[in-house]
Amino acid sequence: MSYVIEGGTGAWEVVIGLEVHAQVVSQAKLFSGAATAFGAEPNTQVSFVDAAFPGMLPVINRECVAQAVRTGLGLGAHINLVSRFDRKNYFYADLPPGYQISQYQHPIVGAGVIEIELADGSTKSIGVTRLHLEQDAGKSLHDQHPTKSYIDLNRAGVALMEIVSEPDLRSPEEAGAYLRKLRTILRYLGTCDGNMEEGSMRADVNVSVRKHGEPFRTRCEVKNVNSVRFVMQAIEVEAKRQVEIWEAGGAVDQETRLFDAARGITRSMRSKEEAHDYRYFPDPDLLPLVLDEAWIAELKAALPELPDAKRRRFMQQYGLPFYDSAVLVAEQATADYYETVARGRDAKLAANWVMGDLFAALNRTGRTIETSPVPAAALGALLDLMADNTINGRIAKEVFEAMVDTGEAPGAIVERKGLRQVTDTGAIDAAVAAVLAANPEKLAEYRSGKEKLFGFFVGQVMKAMAGKGNPALVNDALKRQLG
Amino acid sequence: MSLDPATVRRIARLARIHLDEAEVPRLQDELNAILGWIEQLNELDVADIAPLTGPAQMALKMREDRVTDGGLREAVLANAPDRAGDFFAVPKVVE
Repeated sequence: MSYVIEGGTGAWEVVIGLEVHAQVVSQAKLFSGAATAFGAEPNTQVSFVDAAFPGMLPVINRECVAQAVRTGLGLGAHINLVSRFDRKNYFYADLPPGYQISQYQHPIVGAGVIEIELADGSTKSIGVTRLHLEQDAGKSLHDQHPTKSYIDLNRAGVALMEIVSEPDLRSPEEAGAYLRKLRTILRYLGTCDGNMEEGSMRADVNVSVRKHGEPFRTRCEVKNVNSVRFVMQAIEVEAKRQVEIWEAGGAVDQETRLFDAARGITRSMRSKEEAHDYRYFPDPDLLPLVLDEAWIAELKAALPELPDAKRRRFMQQYGLPFYDSAVLVAEQATADYYETVARGRDAKLAANWVMGDLFAALNRTGRTIETSPVPAAALGALLDLMADNTINGRIAKEVFEAMVDTGEAPGAIVERKGLRQVTDTGAIDAAVAAVLAANPEKLAEYRSGKEKLFGFFVGQVMKAMAGKGNPALVNDALKRQLG
Repeated sequence: MSLDPATVRRIARLARIHLDEAEVPRLQDELNAILGWIEQLNELDVADIAPLTGPAQMALKMREDRVTDGGLREAVLANAPDRAGDFFAVPKVVE
């Protein structure tokens, strides 16, 4: 079922392309030795290069280049052995040189692909046009003073990767899936932390609409959207706006727009119109960036197992369904946690516990998988207690909650609370006999054919045994005494 | 190639250079003279020559990823026309 906008003149298809700015993980900036750490005091991580003092020259950071190459390799993209830096000229208070060093005609990474996973279990390949390296600008604060803007240049000069997709996306859901998948890949690679709240990942969204089978119509660019949810909302409202314009007999102007999340609309950024004349030219301070094939091979050999490969391995090695595998590999830490629990145990049961009880507990306690109150080894030990019949599945839930609350080992909780499963058939027989004796009417109904009552008796016996009866043995004893 | 007055005004505006209307014809002549001079390069046949991106036939030098700079707040802010605490202060620019 494809996503369309129903207009007065029929269904409209939405065409979306994303430009994602991902902050490169590095100690120092792209062209200076100033630090990149988030949250420092204003203007303390600024070199004379970043502040564009006269005569200062940029020198490129090898690690930033390596990070771009790793990302390109992770996207299955072509790495360009020769690329070049250009100046993108515009005036803004948080851009001291009056130009951003970027890569216009010759980016470091060419075409690649990202496979996205959709809610209905299908996958779709989305083309990546290119990836290039560029500098971030400083940060402007507009709300500190009635007539002035305040500028902090700590972020100025930090390396960004701009990752441009083909216009292959057709719905807000696909755009959301693309962003999440890209974020997962970047985090696996360690090339961007993917933290959208801190601005480490920001998206410009290109949206147009068309009737099915038509060529592309005019697009608008919605700038600087900083969460997956806002990207999806922005696409929806922008596409509807364009449909209304076309259907009223108008024409969409190609322009830059802003998403106003509070009001749920996009609005024109008129001031940006003239700024589009960037007058790019090759930066005379920088020679071409020439990469050594052996170095690229070295970087490639050191790449971690990536999400798609890991998902396929989980399906094959652990026999998990597509959905479970996709959920478990979304974060590397979750995948590692799962593998620790699953190794040598019932893999599907391990997946159920991680995705069910563990995720619920993390949600409830506001923890992450890295700070989980229950370490992977402890959850594994709990599964072992079930596997060797020390406790049954129902008691396991109780033990797990105690583990979340106290951090104690499962074995210790079972001993302290006396939760060991009762496998003594004599004790079980006695409990069954007592329950049958206490419920003569139900017993009569059962014997006259109301076999559904079997479940009732199981419940009563388990209750009488404080939940500790071995379920299989309780069933056997009941069948014997009822039969 | 020849620039018209509107293009001259546009180039000046993009470069944030104030231009009196009286200056436009003179600048138009000067810029056109420069362009005409550069245009002589078109007489050369460069079909089989790779573009030269810089005068030095060498690759870009790279530096290691170490923090070696920064912590210069006072020096960085010293020449600012206006500051507010630890920030540069500029006339308000708001979208």
